[in-house]
Amino acid sequence: MLAPDILLAAVLNGLMTGAVYALVAVGLTLVYGVLHIINFAHGAILSAAMFAAYFASLAGVDPYIALIGLAPLFFAAGYAAQRLIISPASHGDDQNVLLVTLGLSIVIENVLLTAFHSDTRSIDVPYGFASVDLGFAFLPLPRVVAFAVACVVSAALWIGLHHTDTGKAIRAVAKERYGATLVGIDVAHVYAVTFGIGAACLAIAACLLLPSYYVNPRVGEAYVLVAFTVVVFGGMGSVPGALIGGLMIGVIESLTGLFFGESLGQLGIFVLFIVMLLLRPTGLFGARA
Amino acid sequence: MTHGLDSKWTRRRFLAASSGGAAMLAAPSYLRAQAAPIKVGILQPLTGALAFDGQQGLMGSEAAIKVINDAGGIKSLGGAKLEMAQGDARSTPDGGNAEVERLNSDGVVAIVGGFASPICLAATQAASRYDLPYIVDVGVTDAIVQRGLKNTFRFAPGFGVVSRTALDNLVKLNDAAGKPAKTVVLVHEDGLFGSGLAKLLQAELPNRGFDILDTIAHPTPARDMSNVALQIKAKNPDLLIPSSYYGEFVLLARTMQQQRIKPKGIYSILNGAASNFRFLKEFPEAAQYVMDCNHWWDPRKEAAQALRKEVEAQGKFFTYNTALNYSCVLLLADALERAASTDRAKITEALASSTFAGHIMPYGPTRFGDGQNQGAAPVNLQVQGNDIKVIFPDAFADAKPVFPVPA
Repeated sequence: MLAPDILLAAVLNGLMTGAVYALVAVGLTLVYGVLHIINFAHGAILSAAMFAAYFASLAGVDPYIALIGLAPLFFAAGYAAQRLIISPASHGDDQNVLLVTLGLSIVIENVLLTAFHSDTRSIDVPYGFASVDLGFAFLPLPRVVAFAVACVVSAALWIGLHHTDTGKAIRAVAKERYGATLVGIDVAHVYAVTFGIGAACLAIAACLLLPSYYVNPRVGEAYVLVAFTVVVFGGMGSVPGALIGGLMIGVIESLTGLFFGESLGQLGIFVLFIVMLLLRPTGLFGARA
Repeated sequence: MTHGLDSKWTRRRFLAASSGGAAMLAAPSYLRAQAAPIKVGILQPLTGALAFDGQQGLMGSEAAIKVINDAGGIKSLGGAKLEMAQGDARSTPDGGNAEVERLNSDGVVAIVGGFASPICLAATQAASRYDLPYIVDVGVTDAIVQRGLKNTFRFAPGFGVVSRTALDNLVKLNDAAGKPAKTVVLVHEDGLFGSGLAKLLQAELPNRGFDILDTIAHPTPARDMSNVALQIKAKNPDLLIPSSYYGEFVLLARTMQQQRIKPKGIYSILNGAASNFRFLKEFPEAAQYVMDCNHWWDPRKEAAQALRKEVEAQGKFFTYNTALNYSCVLLLADALERAASTDRAKITEALASSTFAGHIMPYGPTRFGDGQNQGAAPVNLQVQGNDIKVIFPDAFADAKPVFPVPA
């Protein structure tokens, strides 16, 4: 029989894993909400960001410090990718965008594979094995940090979307593309900024993951499938939805894993996902389109 | 653009350039004094998910071909040099199949390699259609040598031998230490490899006096091993037996260290990480005293140490499949020497009657029975300090086991 402290520890583990899901999902949900496309390159960008953090760490830069440089770098790369590749190649057709991002993911993954091979690598940081002792459970420090940063980033994004001009422009474009154009918003710019923010979120997630996880060219896939679920669960395009959805999914996965075995951990997520689609197809915080 | 090309590449220039190229291609044949080189097919998964392992295997074959050629080639064939014909199985059985077809039409005398069981199964079958001798380097699935293919030879031990040896040695290890381990938790990946092994252990361990407290399956890839660690903590077993791939085992070992879970021993079987120098280098503390039963080279053989130094000098990790492929190519060269012919039937015959002992593995002289090297066996390894040591069997050991692990 499972002792209550194990149950509590599993819930806490779930919350901390969920925070990273949320961060990965925030980028996805924003891009969906504004550009109305599913970004299939999300996983590949996460893998690329993890390699960037890995090599920064090899060069002696701690992943948490590399975060400060990598987030703007990935923002710029995301911005450029949307402006120079995705938008021109799609010719204004959403279906094309879907295929372009899919193509982009294949290119990124295979470039990583050619450059770094499929070898699995990890880094050892001095605080890698430090843990916070709660008396009944040990919480690994890197995951506590990941949880805190993910919450802060989501909150900052929400504030930014509601209280800055760029944020308002992003929301305007998300609601009504043509109306936004009419009032003088540069839609192409807003699209690229949104894509950039999505990539920057991934860079942050990568830096938070690396101290307790590993990296190989396919590592992103493991997170992105769950992130898709989180996006639908929390409501397409909703930042608070992604955060709360991510945390809930993390806890559900952890508890299903504990009770039914790790192999079935995913089962809980998808059962809930189907129930959600049946009862509330717009998700927790989604508005009707 | 096409106009530019036309003006640049006149017919005259093209002829001049191509005849020059042809002359360069032909040049080596003037330089070759003796017999024509013998093409040897080296098949490895050089791209795709298994690319790392494929490259490690290729490195061993290359080193062996160099050693043979430097020593004067195949003497019974007029000192003919070995020439590598490289094939990339692209980490899939289909890829392996296609490359066997290509290597066959390239005129190789035999193929060495394969690495993964599914690739080996497909490639040996494809080669058997041409009676092309095939030496399997790793591929542990026993089905590889149970299909009655006359062309197929496996130099390394299969799954049955490895798991039996692992269990026997576990009992020996425990008895020698005064039976400190009574309870066991099994952690395995939920694919063919991990589940198959877990089933076997569940049947065999109780017969040998061990009490299995729990069997925990996990998917590959797993994002988080915290729950697995929590369950291990709750059961508090004396011994943990994991069978997972590299990434998941590393994750588990790190999580266990974070959660301060310290069983009396971690004893893994054919584990991806426990006998990998990368794991040891990246997480020396988490890797300390982990034991594994796996393929390994014979640390007492000079040629093995020399090869390890050579590999490490290039900044690469020396792995068992480098040693296995090195040995397999030497085995083939020995068969060529004795066959004194490049005829496929004669090489197959020479392999079947091989007593080759010049390899760098901890096996006795080679002796094939139904395509399986009967002398092949795994060894037990343990991470000790900065190195991975052989602790069983005594004949090949270069260290004593540390068990139970000091608290």
